[in-house]
Amino acid sequence: MSRHTLSVLVENKPGVLARIAGLFSRRGFNIDSLAVGPTEHDDVSRMTIVVNVEELPLEQVTKQLNKLIEVIKIVELDPAVSVQRELLLIKVGADRETRSHILETVQLFRAKVVDVAPDAVTIEATGNVDKLDALLRVLEPYGIRELVQSGMVALGRGPRSITDRSLRATPRPA
Amino acid sequence: MTEQITGAQSLVRSLEAAGVDTVFGIPGGAILPLYDPLMDSSRLRHILVRHEQGAGHAAEGYATATGRVGVCMATSGPGATNLVTPIADAYMDSVPIVAVTGQVPSASIGTDAFQEADIRGITMPITKHNYLVTDPAEIPRTIAEAFHIASTGRPGPVLVDVSKDALQAATSFDWPTSVDLRGYRPVARPHAKQVREAARLIVESRRPVLYVGGGVLKSRAWAELRTLAELTGLPVVTTLMARGAFPDSHRQHLGMPGMHGTVGAVTALQKADLLISLGARFDDRVTGKLSSFAPGAKVVHADIDPAEISKNRVADVPIVGDCREVIADLVVAIQAEHHAGRTGDYEAWWSQIDLWRTTYPLGYERPSDGSLAPQYVIERLGKIAGPEALYVAGVGQHQMWAAQFISYENPNTWLNSGGLGTMGYAVPAAMGAKAGRPEATVWAIDGDGCFQMTNQELATCAINDIPIKVAIINNGSLGMVRQWQTLFYNQRYSNTDLGGAGRGAGRTVERIPDFVKLAEAYGCIGLRCETAEDVDATIEKAMEINDRPVVVDFTVHQDAMVWPMVPAGTSNDEIQIARDMAPRWDGDE
Repeated sequence: MSRHTLSVLVENKPGVLARIAGLFSRRGFNIDSLAVGPTEHDDVSRMTIVVNVEELPLEQVTKQLNKLIEVIKIVELDPAVSVQRELLLIKVGADRETRSHILETVQLFRAKVVDVAPDAVTIEATGNVDKLDALLRVLEPYGIRELVQSGMVALGRGPRSITDRSLRATPRPA
Repeated sequence: MTEQITGAQSLVRSLEAAGVDTVFGIPGGAILPLYDPLMDSSRLRHILVRHEQGAGHAAEGYATATGRVGVCMATSGPGATNLVTPIADAYMDSVPIVAVTGQVPSASIGTDAFQEADIRGITMPITKHNYLVTDPAEIPRTIAEAFHIASTGRPGPVLVDVSKDALQAATSFDWPTSVDLRGYRPVARPHAKQVREAARLIVESRRPVLYVGGGVLKSRAWAELRTLAELTGLPVVTTLMARGAFPDSHRQHLGMPGMHGTVGAVTALQKADLLISLGARFDDRVTGKLSSFAPGAKVVHADIDPAEISKNRVADVPIVGDCREVIADLVVAIQAEHHAGRTGDYEAWWSQIDLWRTTYPLGYERPSDGSLAPQYVIERLGKIAGPEALYVAGVGQHQMWAAQFISYENPNTWLNSGGLGTMGYAVPAAMGAKAGRPEATVWAIDGDGCFQMTNQELATCAINDIPIKVAIINNGSLGMVRQWQTLFYNQRYSNTDLGGAGRGAGRTVERIPDFVKLAEAYGCIGLRCETAEDVDATIEKAMEINDRPVVVDFTVHQDAMVWPMVPAGTSNDEIQIARDMAPRWDGDE
């Protein structure tokens, strides 16, 4: 098995997420991570889906996704030529003794402290999976009280956009 | 200012603009606004069914018999959920239907209102696409899109759920001149390079088989298929969904492959060195145990649905395209090979195939107790009603016998529930077929189990002048399940005895129900036949009655079994021609 990042352009219409989630569960594919949000076009949403599958099932899931009328385009993003980011918010226990160590770690990882309480700090970090995993490992000994992590979002490097060409429609006779 | 009409009127006009002439349905609370203007439409014939499942299968039968989109209608909640089975059926068999359902008013959606069901959510995995419309202005565009999606590419069911307030609100009617769906552009034209590669493999192969599926019928490619077959001299097998795509009488036709296929067809696929799959999908009922299916064969797989290619069996030459265009292009590419002096040599292959099919032809035994052989009834029905008639089967033994023992010479004369295996398909689908093609003789061949699931549509047929003919192959049991109990469950017949054949524990008992009386109660003619001598006369009598539906209770032998058989989950090499009898291959390998 290997991880693949799919960027999926979909119509910004109600029910699209249910269709895609339903397709994955019905065909027996697991989603590692899913992020949905708007794009530079009002009527288009972009999903970033990370799946853990072999080559052939990946081809099958891509073809099945393509059959959904509201799916406009699917691109697999190669990690080597794309920027992949997740957002992590972590609440870590911090007393007078440990706080400075924690802040040091935060700086080391180019993370940010976004909230401070007498016995805890909340840290915001972005990065790829490896970086966030490493940060978590370092913070673990201080006691992680709560954490929340976003799905991955990703964008291909270089000047090209996957939204350009695919959004031009060619009308057909009814 | 444009003319103001209601959403319901707009929906009726949209259906008219989409070219609909027949709608099967039942009204109810949420869809009532639509039924009012429907009454005034001179172009839409609404046929009031007795159960929404009947409406759905009727739409399927209409679509398959006519090649046009079938339409069914139901109200919200239970009306809509009763459509789920035929919608799933149409999805599995790629039948173009549009289902229109009423939904509770939009303000009530999500409140668990009376007769509310999230039919859009429910049908997401079993429709090609579906819609919930709450804005009346969206009605014409949605209907235009629904018909476009249902009928193009790989056909399939589309559901349009319309809230009651959208039907009641004022709107204007504006039929779109074009359908613009940037996420839906089915590829019809095959890639020339792939087609040339397929042609090259065909002339180079020594043991090729044309594996023909339902896609050839959907794309209306039967003439092209015949040209290709005769140009190449290749053996042809037609799947359950493709019966009639190639004439059964043609000498290159080996019959149906699969679990109950002919020895010739099953074995030819198994021993082939090249499969040319045209609009077929390597279904488990065809392949048997997938890992041992046609182990020595390269695969050319042509389908309009890219997701079918390499889904079950990896294709060596994938061709995405409409079967008609693919086959037409293949013909040209093969001709080019021939001109270049490259022709296939299949002589040795044919002599092997001929040995298989002459040694193991389809056949059956007459019961020793003098009771009626179901296969004989079906065989005679096919002979007497002839190749122009339409045959519509349910699911089970009678379906397999009807696929085996009727000679199909014409496309779209065989209708059945292939993928989903829906018992109860036959009577309503026959009704839909007859409504769409009133000039044709339409025979439903049904089991007594299947028949009891949807026979209420006989009332619809009788009242609406849809004179179908029904042959009940009545063995008094759920025959195919019983066959499996005989073969795999030590003859323990758990819950398969139905009692409609007047037999119980070996003695004669009351028939429950009595199908002749039931037919009469529904305003149909009821006939019964229990002996081989009476079969022809009974069928001929039924053929003469054309002013009302006819139901014939053919009371048949209970222990007849469908052979050949590849037991589920085993390799096609394990095909048995009768119980514990495998074909003998020595001497031909």
